[in-house]
Parts: sequence; C-alpha cells; structure tokens
Amino acid sequence: MADILCVIEQRGGAVRKGANELLTAARQLADQLGGRVDALVCGAGPVSGLDGLGAAGADRVLTATHDGLAQYAPEAIVATVQSIAGQYAAVLVAATATGKDLAPRLAAAIGAPCGMDVTAVHAENGAVRVVRPVYAGKAIQTLEFSGTAVVAVRPGAYPAVVSGKAGAVESIAVPAFTARLTVTGIAAPDKATLDVAEARVVIAGGRGLGEPQHFGLLEELAAAFGGEAAVGASRAVVDVGWIEHGAQVGQTGKTVSPELYIAVGVSGAIQHLAGMRSARTIVAINRDKDAPIFKVADYGIVGDLFEVVPALTAAVKAAKGQ
Amino acid sequence: MKIAICLRRVPDTTAKIAIGPSGTSIDETGVKFVPNPYDEYALEAGIALRDAAGTGETVVVAFGGDAVQETMRTALAMGVDRAVHLQGTPSADGLANARVLADHLRDGGYDLILFGKVAVDDYGQQTGAMVAELLGRPCATAITSLVIEGGTAKVTREVEGGVESAHCALPAVFTCDKGLNTPRLPGLKGIMAAKKKPLDIIPTTAGASRVTILSLALPPERQAGRIVGEGAAAVPALMAALTTEAKVL
Amino acid sequence: MAGSSEFTGVDFYDMDALLSEEERAVRDTVRSWVDDQLMPVIGDCYLEGRFPKQLIPGMAELGLFGANLPEEYGCAGLNNVAYGLIMQELERGDSGIRSFASVQGALVMYPIYAFGSEEQKKHWLPKLATGAEIGCFGLTEPDYGSNPGGMITTARETADGWVLNGTKMWITNGSQATVSIIWAKTGDLDDQKSIRGFIVPTNSPGFTAKDQKGKLSLRASDTSELHLQDVHVGKDALLPNSGGLKSPLMCLTQARYGIAWGGVGAAMACYDEARRYAANRVMFGKPIAATQLQQERLAEMLTEITKAQLLVLQLGRLKDEGKATPSRVSLAKRNNVNMACECAREARRLLGGNGILVEYHSMRHMANLESVYTYEGTHDMHSLILGQEITGLAAY
Repeated sequence: MADILCVIEQRGGAVRKGANELLTAARQLADQLGGRVDALVCGAGPVSGLDGLGAAGADRVLTATHDGLAQYAPEAIVATVQSIAGQYAAVLVAATATGKDLAPRLAAAIGAPCGMDVTAVHAENGAVRVVRPVYAGKAIQTLEFSGTAVVAVRPGAYPAVVSGKAGAVESIAVPAFTARLTVTGIAAPDKATLDVAEARVVIAGGRGLGEPQHFGLLEELAAAFGGEAAVGASRAVVDVGWIEHGAQVGQTGKTVSPELYIAVGVSGAIQHLAGMRSARTIVAINRDKDAPIFKVADYGIVGDLFEVVPALTAAVKAAKGQ
Repeated sequence: MKIAICLRRVPDTTAKIAIGPSGTSIDETGVKFVPNPYDEYALEAGIALRDAAGTGETVVVAFGGDAVQETMRTALAMGVDRAVHLQGTPSADGLANARVLADHLRDGGYDLILFGKVAVDDYGQQTGAMVAELLGRPCATAITSLVIEGGTAKVTREVEGGVESAHCALPAVFTCDKGLNTPRLPGLKGIMAAKKKPLDIIPTTAGASRVTILSLALPPERQAGRIVGEGAAAVPALMAALTTEAKVL
Repeated sequence: MAGSSEFTGVDFYDMDALLSEEERAVRDTVRSWVDDQLMPVIGDCYLEGRFPKQLIPGMAELGLFGANLPEEYGCAGLNNVAYGLIMQELERGDSGIRSFASVQGALVMYPIYAFGSEEQKKHWLPKLATGAEIGCFGLTEPDYGSNPGGMITTARETADGWVLNGTKMWITNGSQATVSIIWAKTGDLDDQKSIRGFIVPTNSPGFTAKDQKGKLSLRASDTSELHLQDVHVGKDALLPNSGGLKSPLMCLTQARYGIAWGGVGAAMACYDEARRYAANRVMFGKPIAATQLQQERLAEMLTEITKAQLLVLQLGRLKDEGKATPSRVSLAKRNNVNMACECAREARRLLGGNGILVEYHSMRHMANLESVYTYEGTHDMHSLILGQEITGLAAY
C-alpha cells in the first residue's frame, strides 16, 4: 500500500481553507511511498474549489454526493471512507475541529491507529511515522504506525505547495449509512472572523492593552494584513471578558502555528507560550523590556504599544500597497 | 439515568517535563498527577445530570495502573457514586485502549458515556469518539453545551467560524470541552466519603498495538531573538527584518 | 480547571509523603478554592477594608467551618492535620480569611461542642457549619487583652435567665455575626472561676457591634467592638459545661493550633512569590536570583518554612492523640508566626519597588502577620507560657 487518501473538508458546498496544505503533506508522503494521492470530498451537491485540489497534489478527486451531507454527517463520511479505505497506506484529514472529530471515527471504523494534530508525517521503510507535540507542547513525540493509519495534520504545519497539475474527478457512491448524529447548522458570530487556529498571521493582545476597547487597535492591524490575520488573546483578558474564549491562545485555549505571531502587551506566561511557541516567527511588543515574551520572540520592540501598533499598522498597509 | 465517565490520570499542567531514561516517556520523579482537566467537565456534567434527575447512577471508569485509584477517588469525592478500575497497562495505541473501554461499557446500560475532549499528556483526542464508533452509538466531540430532553440530547460545539448545533437520541457518547460547565471542587465531606464508596477492580489487558513510540524529546530551543529597537521609531527595522530575514511579509 | 499560574506549594522535605491521601486531597481542594475564589478579589478587598462575605457560602459548601468537629453535627469530621492544612491554605490566601474560619470553627463552634448541652449543639452547630449563622468570640476587652482573666464583663442571674453588661474589643466577625460567644463573670470581678460562656444572638436588644476603623492590618477582615448594655438572655444561653478561665483558653488553644499552620501558609505564599520574582527580574544583565544576597534570603526562608512544616505536622499528630498540650501549641504558634513575619518582610524587600504594590502579596501578608503575631496570645505571652513550662516559674 502506497496511496494516500485525503478527506477534504467542505462546508456549504465549498472546499474549506486548509485543503491545499493537507494535500501538500499527502503529496510528500505519497512520493516517499511511491504512491498516489486521492482527495475525497463528500457533499450534498456540487462543491466549488475541486479544480484547485489537483494543483495542490491530488492525482484523483473522488466526489461522494448524498442529501444527508448538507451539514457535517460523520456516519456518512465514515461509511464512504470505509468502502475504499483498504487500498490506502494512510487517510489524512486536516486537524480542524471537524477533522479532529472525524479522524478517530474513521480510525475505529477501519481498525487503524490514529495520530492526531501532527506537525509532520512521513514514511520510513514503508511505515507511516508522525511527529506531534505532546504535554502542551513541552515535548515532541515521534510515532510509527503499522498498517493503514489515520492522521490528522495540524493546520499551518505544511505551507501549501501548488503546481500546475490537474486531478481527474471521479464520483463514487455513498454507501448505506445510519445517521446517528444530526447536525442542524452552524451559527456564525456577528462579525465573520478568521479563526486564530487557521490564520496565517495572529495578533494577540494581553493585559497591556489596558482596556477592552483597545482591541480595536489590534483589529486595525489585523485588517492591514488583508484577510489573513486573526486577533487572539491571552487567558488573562479572556477571563475578564474583554474578548470571547475562541480567541484565547494558550494551554487552556487554542494551540496555533501561524507563520507570524505578534504578541502585543502580552507578558509571556508559560501557559500562553504553550499555545504559540511553534509559530514560525514571533514578534513581541511590550513596554517592559524584561517581560518573558522577549525570551521567545524572534524580534521585539520595547515601547508603548499605543504608539508602536498604529505605526506598524501604517507600515503594513504601505507595504501591501494600500 | 445511568452515566459513565471515563477518567485519565495526567501530569499537572504546571509540571516541568523531563524525558525519562527510555527516551520514549517522561521522567515521573516529582511530577504531581491529577485528574485530566477536561475529564472534570465530563464528571461535573454527569453529576449535575444525576442531581437534576434526582435519581440515577454515575460511574467513573479508568483503565490504568493502581495509581489511578487515587485519581478516581477525587471523582468519588466530587460526588460520583462508584468507580471501576480496569487494572492494566494502557497501550500506546488509542484504538486498543478504546476497545478495552468499549468492551467494558457495552452492556452496562449507560444512557450517557462521557469523556473529556482530550488528555493533556498525550493529546490523543481520540478515545471517546472511537468508543462511540465501536459501540455504534451517536457521538459529538468537544461539546460546550448539553441539554437532555426525554430521550434526546442537544449539543453545541465550537468549530472554526461559529458554533455547530446537533442532536441525537440516547444512549450516546460525548466528549466535553471547556465552557460546558464549571467543575465543582471536591468538598471535605465528599473527600471523607470517597473511601467508603465502591471501587471495583477488574484486571484487564489491552489488545495488540499498532503504534510504536519511537521517541519523546524536548522541543528544540527557539534561537534567541533580538530587540530591534524602542518605540514607534523601531517599526521600520521590524518591517525590514520581517521582509528580508523572516520572509513572512 | 484548577491549574495554571497558580500556587503549587513548598515541600522541600517531601512532607506530602507524610500525609494521607485524604489529607492531601483536603489541602488540594482548599488550595484550588483559594486560587479560584479568593485571589481574584483579595487585593481590592484589602485596599477597601472589606471582608469578602460573598465567599462565605462557598466556604461553607466545601465544609471549611468546624471541619474537625464530628459529622453528626453537620461537620466534615476531619482529623487535626487535615484541619491544620485547611488553615494553612486559607492563610496562604489571606490571614483575614483564615481568621474568619478560625473564629467560626475554633472559637464559636468548638466552645458549643465542648461546653454546650446536646440541644445547643444540635441547634447551633449545623447552622454554623452551613454559614446560616455567623459567630464571633467575645473574650478580649479594651483593658484586658493578654490578661483575659481580669475581664469586667458581667453576667447576673435573673429570674428567667441572665443579664450581661460589658464591652469587648478586637472581635473578629463582630459586626456581621448573628451569634456571639460572650465570656463574662457571674461572680465577683476578682473571681476568675466565675467566668462562664454564653451564646448571645447579636440581635438581642442592648447588643451593638461597631467596626474598628483605621486598621493597617487584617484589612480584609471585620474587627469590631461589642457593647452589651443590659442584654437579657434565657437560661439556655449558658454553656453549661463552661467554668473558669480554662474554658475560653481551651478555645484559644484550638485557634492557636490552626494559626500555627496558617503561619506556614503565609510564609509559603511570600517565599513562592519572591522565588518567582527573583527568577524573572533582570538587573545588571542577569536575574536577581543569581545574586548572593537574594539567594541568602531565599535559603533562609526555605529553611524556616521547612522547619515550621515539620513542627506543625508532628503537633497535629500529637493533637490527634490528645497530646497537644497548650504549651506545645504555644511553641508552634510562637515560632511559626514569627518566622512568617520574617519571611514576609524579607520577601517584600526582595521584591523591591514592586513589593509595595497590592498586586504583589508579600506586603499584605507582612501587614496582616503583625496582627497574627499579636492576637491569640502575643508572641511575648507565648514566650512566658513556655518559660513557665520550662522553669515552673510564672513571670507574667
């Protein structure tokens, strides 16, 4: 077995962000094994974004259509994967909230071990190996699986590599399944926000902001990055209600691996670092030059954030030609 | 209602992690072990549902070595009625562990089986959903609200970009996330009562593992960074570094 | 979740191994409660001079009041080491909160348990355990502190009960108490043997309580004057088995025992704060933890805390065997509070300028501990108690 199956997340008839990254990881794994990459998209009707999947690494795009897949329907997806899983060395999903829900179900259904939230997946002597953070990022574990494995890849771990190739599209049947869980819908928050766990750039605010309304400064900086930045927060400000829990980065919040993490007025408590230390580049802005955050930051500015952040926003806007 | 809550014993989240001599597990010297924090949401949910119903039974189940009995007594001190210790060595393969739990829970007549979303040692985040799949029961993971009406459960969970709502019939399996409730502290009377509650020990062996832990290592130290300057005047230097050195802009 | 930047204790000599599983569990639960409920509010309460009374129901629900009294009266029925650990962990948060629990448990519930009738016990103890009734202990008077035997509060027998007259001072919980244990002389003013205890509801006509203002210590605690002006109580108010100065002193011995543990808690809090601060505070290019003078401070604190922990653990085991004599308790209270005062002061100094701010805890502990040094028998009084024990000669 050398082929890789990627179960691509779609929502509302559109392929979700992160598919290209997942396919890049799958492509690398398949190349090591000498096999092929199949992308599986399950939906209730036509799904947009399929054409890009080939360029991102899929040799074949399998579509499975069923009315019951209008919302996330785990039993339907499991039944579909189960009907084709025997051919694959590994089944990959993106470790999003939905992906992490799906992966263990797939694993139990096909009798495979499951590696969750991995930062690297590769093959060694025909066996799938994964690298994953454990103990809240305080240690790194390397696992080897025997036989088919289900792997959930952390978003941001593999920057997408896109070539010009196209992938052949084939439809497959969704086998009979019993829907045990009925998802009725997703309520979006009042303003549509990019999730901190999926953003390329995260700008996190801490107590140094002083007051909840000063998160507006960070939102302006996020906006300057043009739709690829999200605003995050330390636990201290979430606990006092300045921002919703979904923005919290840290041991009891989200673990994020963005390309750029800008910590503004964040002191750098260990529990916060646990959530963002795997970011590619860390910038810290704090008026206390002895703040622990500077020990992990690649670049730091010591100063008053109320002067520095607007200046940075202006500079980013200028750099992006706005 | 009959409710089972599965519990794991994990190092306290403030523990400093050192690698043990095998190179595949931590050095446990001086490490304080506690109930998995996410399991506390499950315990609280189970106890509160039983209290609201005025009747029913909560059972805490753990698969592990003898040390897990002390952890289960914390659950008993919170108010769980009895404990079952599946005494044995957990596998590195989450599916093997899930099979152990599923085999024990299958015929227990449980309306609800609750887990924490994830264990804060191995971050496996798989046992609950695997048990549900093995038992063929409805399951939602990482739930942040749970309402039981008649034989139906309504749940919500956070996904990227919003809150997902779902419902299912009982019996069901859920894994619990922060925000579901505020776990109660074990009261002093509860602590004294815990030792008198039933704790059954069942010797158990996990099946074959398809997972090998090759290594456990400390993460590479981030290279020391630098302060590029002070105040707003340092912004150009930062932009230059982000563009040419880090190449992230 | 009970865990994060919170306190993880100080245990250099593996004292945990000398505790039972239940004792550790009791300690851990109170430790978590202090982190979750007390620490977020204590700074403001201290500055405002306000006791966080909204915490009383939570404390009661955990079972913190009269925890070493029997289960049949609605109490947790813990042993004395577990009781001590509760006081240790409460005082790690604030001496004022521990004072509340000490008064409620050792100075109100205990005398009712030790000297009361079965009816009194059944009536009052469960309500005090749940916090439905809040108690205070009226022994000290404006002119009779270290010499409580000189008290001039009187209780005169009447046809259907007693009438009490007098003034008590420095009474913790006084202004919010619903019930008080008043010690008064039923005979001549020079007859200490005539001292008896009375359960006096604070809404009795003639009873007033007034907070003492302008405190620079124990600010998150109510400290009150009590005035009893012809306060009539029924016959059932008398604690029938009380008699002589020995009765209130037995209560004090209970409280002092808890305070000896409390000193350990306050010292641990200050040491832990100093240690973390020293590791992070950079001066002259290195953390101050790398300097000899600060290491000396920390070494001294750790040594004193370790000694005090082992001292009070053995005292607890002796108490469980009925062997914690008043002078054994005096030794522990005297040592452990004094060493806590010194730890707090040294920690405050290590913290530098930041050490005078309320967001750091050492100076609040330092100020509080001056009261703890003074009350429940001043340090000097305990020196004399021990001196008499050693020499057989009274030097009061």
